[in-house]
Amino acid sequence: MERDPDVRKASGRMVLWLGALTIGMFGFGFALVPLYNLYCQVVGIQSADQQRALNVQARVDPLGEVQDRWVTVRFDTTVHPSLPWALESNERSLRVRPGEIHEVMFVASNRSSAKVTGQALPTVIPWQANDFFNKTECFCFVKQTLDGGERREMPLRFVVSPALPDGVTSLTLSYNFMHLDG
Amino acid sequence: MTTATHAHADHEHHGPPSGLKRWLFSTNHKDIGTMYLVFALIMLFLGGASAMVIRAELFMPGLQLVQPDLYNNLVTNHALIMIFGAVMPAAAGLANWMIPLMIGAPDMALPRMNNLSFWILPAAALMLILSFVVPFFPGGGTQINTGWTLYPPLSLQVGMSMDFLIFAIHLLGVSSVLASINIIVTIFNMRAPGLRMMQLPIFVWAWLVTAFLLILVVPVLAAGVTMLLFDRHFGTSFFIAAGGGDPVLFQHLFWFFGHPEVYILILPSLGVLASILPTFSRKPLFGHHSLVGAMIAIAALGMIVWAHHQYTVGMSLAAVKYFMIMTILISIPVGLIIFNYMMTMWRGAMTFETPMLFTVAIILMFSFGGLTGVMLAVVPADMQYHDSMFVVAHFHYVLLPGAVWGLFAGVFYWLPKWTGHMYDEKLAKTFFWLHVVSFNITFFPQHFIGLAGMPRRIVDYNVMFTEFNMISSVGAFFFGISHLLFLYIIIKTVRGGEKAKARAWESAQGLEWEVESPPPHHTWTTPPTIKTA
Repeated sequence: MERDPDVRKASGRMVLWLGALTIGMFGFGFALVPLYNLYCQVVGIQSADQQRALNVQARVDPLGEVQDRWVTVRFDTTVHPSLPWALESNERSLRVRPGEIHEVMFVASNRSSAKVTGQALPTVIPWQANDFFNKTECFCFVKQTLDGGERREMPLRFVVSPALPDGVTSLTLSYNFMHLDG
Repeated sequence: MTTATHAHADHEHHGPPSGLKRWLFSTNHKDIGTMYLVFALIMLFLGGASAMVIRAELFMPGLQLVQPDLYNNLVTNHALIMIFGAVMPAAAGLANWMIPLMIGAPDMALPRMNNLSFWILPAAALMLILSFVVPFFPGGGTQINTGWTLYPPLSLQVGMSMDFLIFAIHLLGVSSVLASINIIVTIFNMRAPGLRMMQLPIFVWAWLVTAFLLILVVPVLAAGVTMLLFDRHFGTSFFIAAGGGDPVLFQHLFWFFGHPEVYILILPSLGVLASILPTFSRKPLFGHHSLVGAMIAIAALGMIVWAHHQYTVGMSLAAVKYFMIMTILISIPVGLIIFNYMMTMWRGAMTFETPMLFTVAIILMFSFGGLTGVMLAVVPADMQYHDSMFVVAHFHYVLLPGAVWGLFAGVFYWLPKWTGHMYDEKLAKTFFWLHVVSFNITFFPQHFIGLAGMPRRIVDYNVMFTEFNMISSVGAFFFGISHLLFLYIIIKTVRGGEKAKARAWESAQGLEWEVESPPPHHTWTTPPTIKTA
């Protein structure tokens, strides 16, 4: 079908513009990777997690006076499928007062015959309580290497800070044991 | 006027080539429009079949038919096939058929590219189907259990079927961007002389806005899934936390596309309504210019509210507050469209043929979905509803009336134009009632089970949700069956029926009604004369 040459030319120019816009938006998608970070820093809106990191300064000395209120601390363990271990704690939950030091034993056993290294990643739920849960000794600080069939008792010593907000009456410490190569 | 123009044009234009060549090499907007619509109908049945398996599985608590991973793959397929396979191609089909007729253009501006953008689709559909089939074979890896949102880290762990899906999304994206470029160029350059932009029908305007949205957001999705592909195979860490990346980044990229996508699905259908309402209300459209403004406002606002899909990822209070306020603001232009449509009907001499029945049902039920949308926009409330069946009920109330019914209404409205035959009004009304009533039986109970705490995308549920799920499933089976009736009506109309006049509806306005029904292979080879108002 014959077309008016003026229309053809105008159409061609427009296709170029729109094609450039398309490619530009594809690039913009990649540019968003650094841009999101930059934008949040410039405008000053951090994610809840980054804001919490700023609050760390305000964290109160964990070894203040022992308070007369009770907080339930639950323990939860998960072992990644690639790690042939079993993990248990001698306590499923503890009732503690903020300011008191407590110790809980965790037992890891290697169910394979090979030497395996793993490390635990702790998570505190609710996250608002994270800064007020202080581990003074934890097996999660270092890598753990177990020989084939070995069973090891590992201590956790912790204090719930007296600065814990009043609304938090129970929290859960969850360990996720991951497999480390080498 | 028009009959005269075609008579003398006959010596230079002949009919279409016969056989397969007519379709494979077609550069004719009518043929390509038909292919888009047929493709969309096939995909509608594929996507519907996966929904039927989902509802059959949820009929009772426990595992009956499918395993969890397969269930989640069906959820993924249902969404992707319906969005990219059914609704978008159907809307593109309407655009191809109607825009040149409505603006008095002989064809689309770029006919060969038009052919390309359609024929990419079957290839993309094949990739999408392969992504579902591959895990059934040994070594095929796990099923795509992520849902259509493809969030990492789960999408990084899925087997090779995810790679098929990523390429399918790339192809679908290329297809819709090419179609959009074509539509924009056509609307700007191919209008009949004297037809000004503000005189264009709302359907054309809706598609112009949609096409710009597509060009702006589809490439960002392509970038997102490309990064996913790189993370999976080329050792990058865009989304891998262990390598310094951020899984939440993918959600931002995905929803930067995903939220405007909602308006991409809805705007063309809302545009169709603007053609139907004046015809059956026998009154001019109320507030043409404000409708154009509202659609542009929806598109602009729609691009800056994406994170309301991710309130629970731990954004700061300032960020969620912004996204909440902007999201609620969208209800203003959407409300304006709804009120303009209601004012068009006000004191009109209304009759209720099937397209009009659908239109009235859309205005009612789309508003309902919009209302639950405002509930979901409110951050503290959304924290409760997030990822529950309430969300499923909400977006089906928005997308079925808002997008799918608008397309049905358009198909019934223009079917006499396309085929030259009137459809069977009695059967069509039966289809309407069966479809709309069973739709409500299916999705209304999902509000209740969602508010009571049933999560979405999980194959099993607590026994306390059994009754409402059973009601929902029974409704869904009737809903599914109703589409067979739809298919029958279409086939019957194509094969024969009462002859349709050029102006198939007595008070229909617009250039598309000035050509014969069915239109000859080439129309508007001599542009129409535009009456200046």
